[in-house]
Amino acid sequence: MTLPVNNTGAAPVLPDGFVVVVKQECETCQTVVPVLEQLADNVRLTVYCQDEPGFPESPAAIDDTSLFVSWHHEIETVPTLIKVENGVEVNRTIGWSRAAWESFTGVSSLAPDLPPMRPGCGSMSVDPDVVDELRVRFGGSVLTARRVEVAAAEDPVEMMFNRGWTDGLPVVPPTEERVMAMLAGTTRAPSDIVATVPPDLVEITVEKVAIAAVMAGCKPEYLPWVLTAVGAACTDEFNMHGLLATTMPVGPVIVCSGPGTRAIGMNSGGNALGQGNRANLTIGRALQLVIRNFGGGRPGEVDRAAHGSPAKISFCFAEADDTSPYGRLAGEHGLDDGVDALTVFAGEGPHCMVDQLSREPESLVKSFALKLQGVNHPKLIMMFDAIVVMGPEHARVFADAGWDRERIVAEISSHLNRSGAELVRGADGIAEGVPEAFASAESLPKFRPGGLMLTYAGGGAGLFSQIIGGWVNGDKGSKPVTRPVVY
Amino acid sequence: MANSAILDPTSERTLVERERLARPASLEGLTVGLLDISKPRGDIFLDRIEERLIGIGANVNRYMKPTFAKPAPVDLRHKIATECQVVIEALAD
Repeated sequence: MTLPVNNTGAAPVLPDGFVVVVKQECETCQTVVPVLEQLADNVRLTVYCQDEPGFPESPAAIDDTSLFVSWHHEIETVPTLIKVENGVEVNRTIGWSRAAWESFTGVSSLAPDLPPMRPGCGSMSVDPDVVDELRVRFGGSVLTARRVEVAAAEDPVEMMFNRGWTDGLPVVPPTEERVMAMLAGTTRAPSDIVATVPPDLVEITVEKVAIAAVMAGCKPEYLPWVLTAVGAACTDEFNMHGLLATTMPVGPVIVCSGPGTRAIGMNSGGNALGQGNRANLTIGRALQLVIRNFGGGRPGEVDRAAHGSPAKISFCFAEADDTSPYGRLAGEHGLDDGVDALTVFAGEGPHCMVDQLSREPESLVKSFALKLQGVNHPKLIMMFDAIVVMGPEHARVFADAGWDRERIVAEISSHLNRSGAELVRGADGIAEGVPEAFASAESLPKFRPGGLMLTYAGGGAGLFSQIIGGWVNGDKGSKPVTRPVVY
Repeated sequence: MANSAILDPTSERTLVERERLARPASLEGLTVGLLDISKPRGDIFLDRIEERLIGIGANVNRYMKPTFAKPAPVDLRHKIATECQVVIEALAD
């Protein structure tokens, strides 16, 4: 719908007396025309019409097809009757009610043939199809990003490909209307600084994160999650710069939990790590678009990945913390239950752990240990963390045996210890391995303390879990960062 | 019809262009900085480079990043910039 463009100045002052806003399309408005005529004879009455300048013929209406008056005076229903004194609204009533209109205007015996009341219709100024456009036109822009003009004959999607602003998939054009609508998803001001984004190390505002969120395909209610993810990723502990620059195939993996994940429709069930869920896919993508477009981190430039991974487009999922038998990752990192939270983890794509026969926890932990030994290389230890995304059918084996999170991790870890002789460089005829200094160690763990993390997600059928291998950990590389979501 | 506009997703920063010094005709008597990024066996490679540079009359300063996984700290970069006349910038893995 294209609105006529006029009246883009400050909020209009309503004339004193009584003001009625109508639209011809509304049957109630048509019904009250005789009332309006009656009122015009008795009080000072001004009528504004939203859709037809000629409606009503009498009393003549002022054209508000631009919705300038309706938008500024927050008309939600037509007809709306407003009492104005000294240019200031005193009171209003909506729809048609003889009793209300009579007591409001002091004019009695209004249209006795009409039914005593009829509800009104929706105002055009709150039509979802135009409300974003009206907010931009009349609300006064609070956005400071440079406007990039798109030629009439130019396809904005192709234009953004040409400028290098996409991850290889089409992005949604971040028009002012869409970005304003996105910003409604947070209480934070558009000018608030969220983080300093590597590799260019420039401070990013809420507005610029919202632009990335629009491009990624987010809905406004996802924005707090995107803002929190950007804040968590752009920290010294997480070391997004190193993660970007490394030759390894890793990116920021976002693990979300809390009731908010269900409120925005994230998937923690079947195909939780896969395609098909808008929130999962676009939140992760928005973070990567921030790094690419705002931070300047692009493949072949600062991003030196030898192979990369499809998980670098977006890797974000929700834990089923409401049904988890052993809590959630954010709890492992010290956050209270019920708090919406996310963890960013420097990880690669998921690997499947198949064990369809273990019905005893002692057997299943050994399978996990065998699989986890292979994270990055079976002879490399302590350097890399890992996240286990345990499926419900595996988790049930532990739940039935009464094992909690600590016990599961401890039992898996107990099967991961190996001697220095097995792991040292050259052992088994393999040059890769731990340095000679560890050769005589009796028992070496695969993971550093806290380096093996447990999450719970996946479909109800399938005796599988997923392993997400990490990148260089700790002070030398990246630490997982868990934060509560800021709305 | 008015053309549509989209909002710039980049940082909109303006880059400060700094001109490079002219390439020296010879390295003799100049101080060359070699930065070890802390990858395994990088020292073996740099030892040989140092040997070659000294062989042609250059002085060599050696530096090391605390970890290969993070950018060199700003104080280290400043130290290199003030102590050396020539930088050999290279990336290997």
